[in-house]
Amino acid sequence: MDKSVKIEVKHLNFYYGEFQALQDNSLDFHTNEVSALIGPSGCGKSTFLRCLNRMNDLIPISRVEGNILLDGLDIYDPSVDVVMLRSRIGMVFQKPNPFPKTIFENVAYGLRVNGIKDKGLIENRVEESLKLAAIWDEVKDRMHKSALGLSGGQQQRLCIARALAVEPEILLMDEPCSALDPIATQKIEELIYQLKKSFTIIIVTHNMQQAARVSDITAFFYLGELIETGETNTIFTRPKLKQTEDYITGRFG
Amino acid sequence: MSKSVSSMQSRRNFLQKIVFNVFRLAALINGLALFIIIYFMIANGWKAINWTFLTQPPMDSMTKGGILPCIVGTLCLSIGAMLIALPIGVASAIYLNEYARPGPLIRVIRIGINNLAGIPSIVFGLFGLAFFVVWLEMGVSIIAGALTLGAMTVPVMIGSTEEALRAVPDTYREASLGLGATKWQTIYRVVLPTALPGILTGTILGISRAAGETAPIMFTAAVFFTPSLPVSIFDEVMALPYHIYVLATAGTEIEATRHLQYGTALVLIFLVLGMNLIAIIYRSRLRKRMQ
Repeated sequence: MDKSVKIEVKHLNFYYGEFQALQDNSLDFHTNEVSALIGPSGCGKSTFLRCLNRMNDLIPISRVEGNILLDGLDIYDPSVDVVMLRSRIGMVFQKPNPFPKTIFENVAYGLRVNGIKDKGLIENRVEESLKLAAIWDEVKDRMHKSALGLSGGQQQRLCIARALAVEPEILLMDEPCSALDPIATQKIEELIYQLKKSFTIIIVTHNMQQAARVSDITAFFYLGELIETGETNTIFTRPKLKQTEDYITGRFG
Repeated sequence: MSKSVSSMQSRRNFLQKIVFNVFRLAALINGLALFIIIYFMIANGWKAINWTFLTQPPMDSMTKGGILPCIVGTLCLSIGAMLIALPIGVASAIYLNEYARPGPLIRVIRIGINNLAGIPSIVFGLFGLAFFVVWLEMGVSIIAGALTLGAMTVPVMIGSTEEALRAVPDTYREASLGLGATKWQTIYRVVLPTALPGILTGTILGISRAAGETAPIMFTAAVFFTPSLPVSIFDEVMALPYHIYVLATAGTEIEATRHLQYGTALVLIFLVLGMNLIAIIYRSRLRKRMQ
């Protein structure tokens, strides 16, 4: 099955001041696939993820080299509008971070900042997104209550709904389950499985089983280098490199 | 062995009790001081307070009558000072905390602000006299006094606003930017509303300080005596703290007006408490809405 390339990362180097956090990473992501980025803490996988929507721009002393092409266009080109770019790439963070607003306003936020004023359209899109994120039934009677009253797992699904409402093409997930209990984690994983029909998903995870369960492609990072990448099945059963095998079997990391 | 362990244990517990009681004593002294001040004011001042006192200007060389012009004057000055200090303070804090990239210029600005906060209020008074009253030809007026008080309050406002902004989790900013919001949309729609209760706390402190100051207004806004209420911002006014100062040091009947001095002080305290209360109620309603 030949899937079209959505994001093409070519020779990516990333520096925090003098420290080089990513070393010559090259990797492709395909439409409607889930890719998992794994590796021990500090290996650069989150930094890599944050290069994809230029979230690292916020760090004053950072520097990027190399190219990241989204549908063939370089996202670090000076002509690119970062704000527009980020509305095409949704992001879900490690800790659930709903705004201190109502459930409705959380999901409507992305629409409002992108200039959508039509009330009916906003209401429809909020409902659709909440359904897509499999949380509609739990919140439909408390839409105008604060989102901070939800449980951690619900908050994280709300954050996913919030990201989906802007209709992004790509969903970046930075350890989305690390603050959740196993049941909430399972719900998010089922959700990822559903969402890959419509989105390109890239997920950073510390959980080997999670990577094996949800992803099609796995990439293993160590000390800023992309060590090995391939189909998840292959990586987990017949990794080419000893280093990869040691990590996924828990011998180091 | 077991004996020495248990004696060490009891020594530790004893030490813990002593430390705990020292802390409790410190807190108690604080509360007691406030209680004594308020009690003293009420005990000495409440007899002076009646309808005439609150609604009439002073009469008979300020030995009779009321303090209405002082109440109005202090309200004008402190509200005016906040109208000036709040926008400038909040805008500066947003710039420093959200936009400015760290560097030598920002360091110099910060040092300047910190030093400004430490300047004695009488120096602000002299600055206001030289700059607003004389050089800008505003004369002794509400506007000159409010600007002087405002200048004095701005560094406090910047400090407390910056603290409130720093308390907003970065994950809120990231979530907003990640959804395709601009930096300004993020500040306006997420950061400021979240920081608002903290900013209000700074405003409360600012108002209280501005309302109670004597030195900055004695050359710039306040007068010894005027029976009429101000009709424009270029009018001079009486003010509560300055009135207390005048009655207690420069009046013709210092002893005979003692109860009026306490009464005025009591009114000042309740005025400040009242303004604080409004801000506190508003703040707690904001907090509740966010929860």
